[in-house]
Amino acid sequence: MLRFILTRVSLVIPTFLGITFLTFILIRLVPGDPIEVRTGERGIAPERLAELRHEMGLDRALWQQFLDYVGNVLHGDFGLSLITHNSVLSEFLTLFPATLELALCAMLFATLVGLPAGILAAVKRGSLFDHGVMGASLTGYSMPIFWWGLLLILFFSVGLGWTPVSGRLDLVYYVEPATGFMLIDTLMAGDYEAFRSALGHLVLPTIVLGTVPLAVVARMTRSAMLEVLGEDYIRTARAKGLASGRVIGMHALRNALIPVVTVIGLQVGTLLGGAILTETIFSWPGVGKWLIESINRRDYPALQGGVLLIATSVILVNLLVDVLYGVLNPRIRHAR
Amino acid sequence: MKRILLGAGLCMAAALALSAPAQAAKTLVYCSEGSPENFNPMLNTTGTSFDVALPVYNNLVQFEYGGTKVVPGLAESWTISDDGLVYTFKLRAGAKWHSVGDFKPTRDANADDVIFSFERQWKPDHPFHKISGGAYDYFNDMAMPKLLKSIEKVDDLTVRFTLNQVEAPFLANLAMPFAPIMSAEYAAMLLKKGTPEKLDQVPVGTGPFQFVAYQKDAVIRYKAFEQYWGGKQPLDNLVFAITPDAAVRLAKLKANECQIMPYPNPADIEAMKKDGSIVVQEQEGLNVGYVSFNVTKKPFDDVRVRRAVSMAMDKKSMVSAVYQAAGVPAKNPIPPTMWSYNDAIEDYPYDVERAKKLLADAGYPNGFETDLWAMPVQRPYNPNAKRIAEMMQADLAKVGIKAKIVQYEWGEYRKRMQQGEHQMGMLGWTGDNGDPDNFLYTLLGCEAARPGGNNLSKWCNKEFDDLVVQAKRTTDIAARTKLYEQAQVIFKEEAPWYTIAHSVVYVGLAKNVAGFKMDPFGVHRFEGVDLK
Repeated sequence: MLRFILTRVSLVIPTFLGITFLTFILIRLVPGDPIEVRTGERGIAPERLAELRHEMGLDRALWQQFLDYVGNVLHGDFGLSLITHNSVLSEFLTLFPATLELALCAMLFATLVGLPAGILAAVKRGSLFDHGVMGASLTGYSMPIFWWGLLLILFFSVGLGWTPVSGRLDLVYYVEPATGFMLIDTLMAGDYEAFRSALGHLVLPTIVLGTVPLAVVARMTRSAMLEVLGEDYIRTARAKGLASGRVIGMHALRNALIPVVTVIGLQVGTLLGGAILTETIFSWPGVGKWLIESINRRDYPALQGGVLLIATSVILVNLLVDVLYGVLNPRIRHAR
Repeated sequence: MKRILLGAGLCMAAALALSAPAQAAKTLVYCSEGSPENFNPMLNTTGTSFDVALPVYNNLVQFEYGGTKVVPGLAESWTISDDGLVYTFKLRAGAKWHSVGDFKPTRDANADDVIFSFERQWKPDHPFHKISGGAYDYFNDMAMPKLLKSIEKVDDLTVRFTLNQVEAPFLANLAMPFAPIMSAEYAAMLLKKGTPEKLDQVPVGTGPFQFVAYQKDAVIRYKAFEQYWGGKQPLDNLVFAITPDAAVRLAKLKANECQIMPYPNPADIEAMKKDGSIVVQEQEGLNVGYVSFNVTKKPFDDVRVRRAVSMAMDKKSMVSAVYQAAGVPAKNPIPPTMWSYNDAIEDYPYDVERAKKLLADAGYPNGFETDLWAMPVQRPYNPNAKRIAEMMQADLAKVGIKAKIVQYEWGEYRKRMQQGEHQMGMLGWTGDNGDPDNFLYTLLGCEAARPGGNNLSKWCNKEFDDLVVQAKRTTDIAARTKLYEQAQVIFKEEAPWYTIAHSVVYVGLAKNVAGFKMDPFGVHRFEGVDLK
């Protein structure tokens, strides 16, 4: 098992290097540098431009900037934001819990609704329920997040007044951030009203961000279940006279879960990508919104650091999924 | 599984569990459009960042609320020497500083604070000059280093500024957001503690609201400053809820989650005006979008050609199609909200036949070929330059002019326009200090007609230049107004630009907001604002 994990970890190193290099190059290919984009119609005197570029270290050769950056990152130094002059790592760590909280809720929502819906659809194959689930998941999968978010806001928040429009907590509450997870912080502060407010603020963004993964999980569960339900050992189990619930729950589901777990793991990337849009719609103070602003302001260190740190979390989740996969299916960990 | 179910219960059942908590009395929530870079307007150039610092700070002088007139701020009065070179400011006695965190001020605002605030931006060897990047764009753009000769403390409440040359807009410059007065005592404390950058992140001022907390990208909180020299504000708390999407800002306004929202989508404005729960305020922005004719290149060296082109293009259709509700056609180079705007001037009419005749007189009966530059980016004074260029292209074709649209990346575009590489090219300007000099001298004066200068048409008209230079060297507003009105007449006759439009800016307010006025500089201020 240890060897299996080590092999997986070693494969991660080239991925990291690739991501660092790509982010570094791509943002520099976008026209305009951090000084140019904030210069308005007036322009900037060439001497002043040179001076500022020198101060920001942008006048050095690209390869030199890249090597310095990689060297610093290896020492855990992600640099300072060119705009706010705060440490990129500390900015990321302030905002990441908000993204994580939202992503976890969305994943939970997707799994808890998608899994049973997929199982039921497979068991009742060809029924109205099955067609309903498949139709709904196809719609969910094709839903443009921005439109879907605004629609829910207009209906539930503006029309019915059930949920708040945006933000993480009602403004009458002020909870000192301890963990950065609002649900935990409000509970730690013992402020249950604030906790309820934090929950209320999570509802719509959770649904919006969870919609695509929900559709994927439901479809994947259904097809995996259908495949397993056709296997000989299921027939045998039924023939033995086992209760239908036990056959589905114990024999079929465990085997059907393997591809589903993989898909859930892969959805983490989708979730973090979707979080950028969801956070913008719901004014959610997470890393997605921060990254968009970093692109607009050409804040190179913030963008590079942010992408690298998000990539790290996606890679870690995938690694975890790989390991979990090995736990679920012993054939995989013994393959090499 | 049980734990998962519990988690789901928490996330999903919330909609049912919700009940709206009661709003604290007199808390105004402003749905701001973005996050500030920091809380020091000396370092910034965006309205978003100015907005968050304005409640906290005072300048020596300030613009009157909702206008461009300069009124007393931290200085209660000032005198200008007869030669126009020495400005002596008398500071307000007893102006208190805010207390924030472990900073408890031991004295009122005085001359040391004024000197500190200017020297930080001015003197490269100042201990705070390099802090937080130290790019004082506006201070430099307004040519302050060139202008200032000395700043001296006469006594605790008197400061004397001596200039190198007479500059009538100097007072207006001091009212701009880049010139707030900061506490030298607070700065010294931070320097001693080894955290000088906190000066730009946790602001301490003498203004009407005191900074409380900033949760990055989410909320900024202020409370009314009880000891404010102008008296306590009607509001108790002011909160900025950072909401980048315009449609969501509007939804929040409708749901009463905020009471003021800036920058609605132009497409939503009609519906907002019909909504009984919302009040819409509108104002022309302090800007102008225009097409510059490069008078150093043929055929635009001939005034008849410039006039002909001005008559060949249908401005009204252009503005209503591209700006929609967010723009009005422009006839002068300065916006209508600015003093000395000459409303008597008549714009060139849209008249294809006269345009053709003028072109024939100038020796181009069959038109000519030209380039037509269009910005690659959206600007406050021009939402879609490419679309406008296409409409112009179609109009010009009707008089035989073949225009080729040219675009470059924004930085490159601006540089090449300033070098005068174009024949016809679009750009615009947003006013800095509300002074006509900031448009007429900066964009049309002979000094700016050099390659690389901001007079993109490279148009140097002696008569016009004499007027704007004379206005710059005169401190009497009435006399300056006359000079600028005359200058605008020459501008129209000579037509170095085709003026396109001034943008129109909107703000949506809840019905119970009282006393809010839009600011011509495009910032948002909350002094005296109340909730009924």
